[in-house]
Amino acid sequence: MDWTLSEASKQAIAEEATKYPTRRSALMPALHIAQRQFGWLSEAAIEAVAKELGVPVADAQGVVTFYTMYRTKPVGRYHIQVCQNLSCSLMGAEGLIGYLEKKLGVKCGETSPDGKFTISRVECLAACGTAPVMQVNDTYYEKLTPQKVDDLVAGWAKS
Amino acid sequence: MAGPLVLLRDLKPQVDDPRTRDLDWYVGQGGYKTAETVLKTKTPDDVIAEVKASGIRGRGGAGFPTGMKWSFVPKGDGPKYLLCNADEGEPGTFKDRLLLTQHPHQLIEGMIIAGFAFGARQGYVYIRGEFVIEAEIVRRAIAEAYAKNWLGKNLWGTGVDFDLHVYRGAGAYICGEETSLIESIEGKRGYPRLKPPFPAVYGAWGKPTVVNNVETLSAVPWILAKGGAQYAKIGTAKSAGTRLFSVSGHVNRPGVYEIPLGTPFTTILNDVCGGVSGGRKLKALITGGSSVPILTAAETEGLIFDFESPASKGTMLGSGGVIVMAEGTCMVRALMVLMRFYAHESCGQCTPCRDGTPWLANLTKMIETGQASMNEIELLMSVSKKMAGNTICPLADAAVMPAQSYATKFRDEFIAHLDGKGCPFPAWTFGEGH
Repeated sequence: MDWTLSEASKQAIAEEATKYPTRRSALMPALHIAQRQFGWLSEAAIEAVAKELGVPVADAQGVVTFYTMYRTKPVGRYHIQVCQNLSCSLMGAEGLIGYLEKKLGVKCGETSPDGKFTISRVECLAACGTAPVMQVNDTYYEKLTPQKVDDLVAGWAKS
Repeated sequence: MAGPLVLLRDLKPQVDDPRTRDLDWYVGQGGYKTAETVLKTKTPDDVIAEVKASGIRGRGGAGFPTGMKWSFVPKGDGPKYLLCNADEGEPGTFKDRLLLTQHPHQLIEGMIIAGFAFGARQGYVYIRGEFVIEAEIVRRAIAEAYAKNWLGKNLWGTGVDFDLHVYRGAGAYICGEETSLIESIEGKRGYPRLKPPFPAVYGAWGKPTVVNNVETLSAVPWILAKGGAQYAKIGTAKSAGTRLFSVSGHVNRPGVYEIPLGTPFTTILNDVCGGVSGGRKLKALITGGSSVPILTAAETEGLIFDFESPASKGTMLGSGGVIVMAEGTCMVRALMVLMRFYAHESCGQCTPCRDGTPWLANLTKMIETGQASMNEIELLMSVSKKMAGNTICPLADAAVMPAQSYATKFRDEFIAHLDGKGCPFPAWTFGEGH
């Protein structure tokens, strides 16, 4: 895979860098931009971002590993992140995870062989009033029921 | 509810009407008129005096008086920064998301006024990374305000400049702590800093900085429009104004509600939220986010939702995140879920927290799954005691307060897990809640 930042990514990073007193501050936005381009952040991708901003590679790696949203391995096309914190747990988050695992044939923390689905546990999506909740890629799905999960899975199967 | 709504206006809770996020809608409500009037007719000291008179205390959790915080920023030229803390991640708390999605312009107007009050020419909204859609909504609102020249240079011809940007986090609960948020916006790992120096003197990029919660800043336009004295009339003498309470768990109508401080808990539980779900009795209550000490049902008697009443019962109003637990809820399991969270979110900088939080998580798991003896309960108490107050930031304390209070107040249940070699309560089932 080619881990070169696209011109569009470079331009977006340059624009971010204008917003802060130090270029270093643009590191987190730049990593988001790179992750959007590549899907995940390999060592080569992290290095490319670090070079673009003139930040030591080790520092960039330190930031990537500190924050859970930067992915250091690929995920499926649908990254299903189920909240397992207290309000969601009270409303059956464990059962939801089990239901998804069975339905998709994927274990938590794993990706389906066709590369379509990854299920992860996450800590608190801050949508506790509509528990149980999961985030799939950028979108929140709230007040989940078995029926809603069935409908969602049916939609994904078609895509 | 008695009194005017400051934050949500006439919106009903959880109403998702996308029009309210548009500039036209906000302007139709008199939006940005307050900022214009303030910048044209008031001095920064006037604004700080008005906010002090309102009596508003920070809505993020700590409850520090907002006007006083602003007044700590040294006078004089040079860069100063205003950071909006929208890194909402305290379990049980989901109020800021509503303001970000429904009223982004109200937040922007509040930030213009706050920046003017202590001399910040640059502001940032630090939004938790998971809130991708919310960040886009705020970005769009910022672009709308720039197009009107209500952000940028020479606002309303007053010579005042104010620039505003969105900064996205990337999944770290600790970045909601103000010094950690500052480190993060500097492009680093979110390690909390030792205080002093306080951010008002040495904050982001080494310059004077104020960090305020979304809810606090969103209340500012109302306070300046109607006057601090009017705001102080809402609520109680020591707890002024309204508050967004986010209610979750076992209630019939969970959601975000704007309620005057000083409202009895029973009113919120029964009248606003429709009572405990499934016709069950209340067992336990979290008043202000997952980190505050828990209250038993008996302790909620006479509880008022203001800053003082929870404190008199040994807990806190915190973030306004209310979690209701009905009879039949296993308190060991609840604690296990919370300890797993704090272990996951410890930044690792201080040993008592880095080593202590996973220890608490393991101990509660052992108790819940019946692999423990009295020794583990005693260890839970002693390990947590040794963590308290021994770290740079309050994350360790945030784990200790539930650990101590659950294991003390519901000790019988902890012992029942040992005696029965497992959990005596039913599973928390999926699919019955809605």
